[in-house]
Amino acid sequence: MGQAFSNLMKNIAEGKFVYTGELEAHRSTDLSEVIQWAKTLKATGKIVAANVTDNPQSVGALSSLVTSYIVQRETGLETVYQLRCSDRNRLALASDLLGAAALGLKNVLALTGDHPKKGDTPEAMPVFDLDGTQLVELIHKMVYEGRDLSGNEIHGPRPQFNIGAAANPNFKPLEAEVLKLERKAEVGADFFQTQVVFDVNVALEFLDAVSHIKAAFLIGIFPPRSYNQAEYFAKNVPGVQVPKDFLESFKKISELPDKTERRRKIDEYNIEYFADFIKQVKKKPVCKGIHVMAVGYPEVVNPIIEKVEKG
Amino acid sequence: MIVTKEKPVEEILEYLAPYKNVLVLGCDGCTQPPRGLKQAKMYAMLIEMAAKLRHKDIKCRAATVAMQCDNYLCSSTVHPQLEGVDAVLSLACGIGVQTFAEVFPDVPVYPGQDTVFAGSQERENGKLYERCKACGDCLLGETGGICPVTACAKGLMNGPCGGCVEGKCEVPYEIRDEKGEVIKMIERDCAWYRIYERLKKLGRLDLYRKYRSPRDRAVSAWPRLLEGV
Ligand code: SF4
Ligand code: SF4
Repeated sequence: MGQAFSNLMKNIAEGKFVYTGELEAHRSTDLSEVIQWAKTLKATGKIVAANVTDNPQSVGALSSLVTSYIVQRETGLETVYQLRCSDRNRLALASDLLGAAALGLKNVLALTGDHPKKGDTPEAMPVFDLDGTQLVELIHKMVYEGRDLSGNEIHGPRPQFNIGAAANPNFKPLEAEVLKLERKAEVGADFFQTQVVFDVNVALEFLDAVSHIKAAFLIGIFPPRSYNQAEYFAKNVPGVQVPKDFLESFKKISELPDKTERRRKIDEYNIEYFADFIKQVKKKPVCKGIHVMAVGYPEVVNPIIEKVEKG
Repeated sequence: MIVTKEKPVEEILEYLAPYKNVLVLGCDGCTQPPRGLKQAKMYAMLIEMAAKLRHKDIKCRAATVAMQCDNYLCSSTVHPQLEGVDAVLSLACGIGVQTFAEVFPDVPVYPGQDTVFAGSQERENGKLYERCKACGDCLLGETGGICPVTACAKGLMNGPCGGCVEGKCEVPYEIRDEKGEVIKMIERDCAWYRIYERLKKLGRLDLYRKYRSPRDRAVSAWPRLLEGV
């Protein structure tokens, strides 16, 4: 782990258990919805930083660099600027990173990114000049050596970034994933944010397997708003296991006739389930926080965290 | 071997429209599926018929070369065949067509094939797989004989990526029709998952664990030239 530049990493260095959120821009020039959601996250007082997605699933959107900057400027919420290798070569990546530093961004999440064929512009050239791990190396070189990958010098002050990378606790066999994360940590990842995990045993097994890696792990959670959303994860998001009783409980609640009652019960269930989930993963020293992907469902964020804090 | 795909007859007829006497020139070299004399003769017949249906008169002859991409063989074999020929339709890969154009700068030559990739053949099921991108810096010694540059949809050096689920790649094979439309998708194994499994079997997970630094793309910048061969 390197120096702590961002609030996110400073909090982790101080031994605090942190929570990050997620913001998603769209193919639009209007950021008002994103800013609104950022304000909601900020108002919780519990979310230390929020990720800003970069062309998620290769669906084109307003630049994550610009969105990260505007969100920080307008709301004061620190951002984790996501950057993919799918669309830019190392020259463009380094140039955007210098821009990010000049704009005062402090966290970068280095991603390989989805193939353009997965998104809405399948005719595009898949770039992948670097992969996610090599992007970590590029950022690390810029921050700690003041140079890019070709050895070219950066003039003036060096960028100050904390470097994030992705991890997948659902990957089978776990050994292959762990070796991959060792590589990413070796070249300079400070923290890892994971894919969504529903099954606490999957998260615990993963945290045990990565306990030797010197980086901070933030486990990804996604409290579903409805049975349909929970079922969607179970059926359509390959590799993510949703426990049977979780799904069954959601199904039962979804059958309740009264809408308000349904809402209340779903919120209650999420709060109960995820607070318990977090309490368990928090016991593992390598787990430094939670990445909450609850876009459009702010009601549960605070109660979950408060319940965890109460112990 | 170099893998090629037939161009649509319509496109070929458009190329040949200004000409009366055409030589269809096969290649006995590495092209797959085969594009030798037998195929050249079939093409010759087909083109004459298709032209007739459109009330055009094109006369076709067929011949072949041992290796159209060898300028010596191309020049010596084809020269005697060119008498009275207005244009040549080459059944070789793009390299053969270009060699012909260099050797005979005065003879118009047209490609009868789309050159798709350098690959290997699976005879049992009549399938051709892309296998090498001629990157100029072969990594197969580190990756258990599986090429990450070609078999990984992203050409990653430190895979697998997040798109690998249960050993499958997020990008399936696409089978396309004549117009280039996708008519079928076939699930595909993740190259890096295969590399992991292979290296594990070989007791060489150290090679999988190893961080691979960014590639020097200058090595594969084109066009390339080799001297002194
Ligand atoms: S690494 Fe792959 S693309 Fe490069 S030379 Fe070897 S087989 Fe060909
Ligand atoms: S899933 Fe595997 S083969 Fe497909 S792009 Fe990712 S690493 Fe490459």
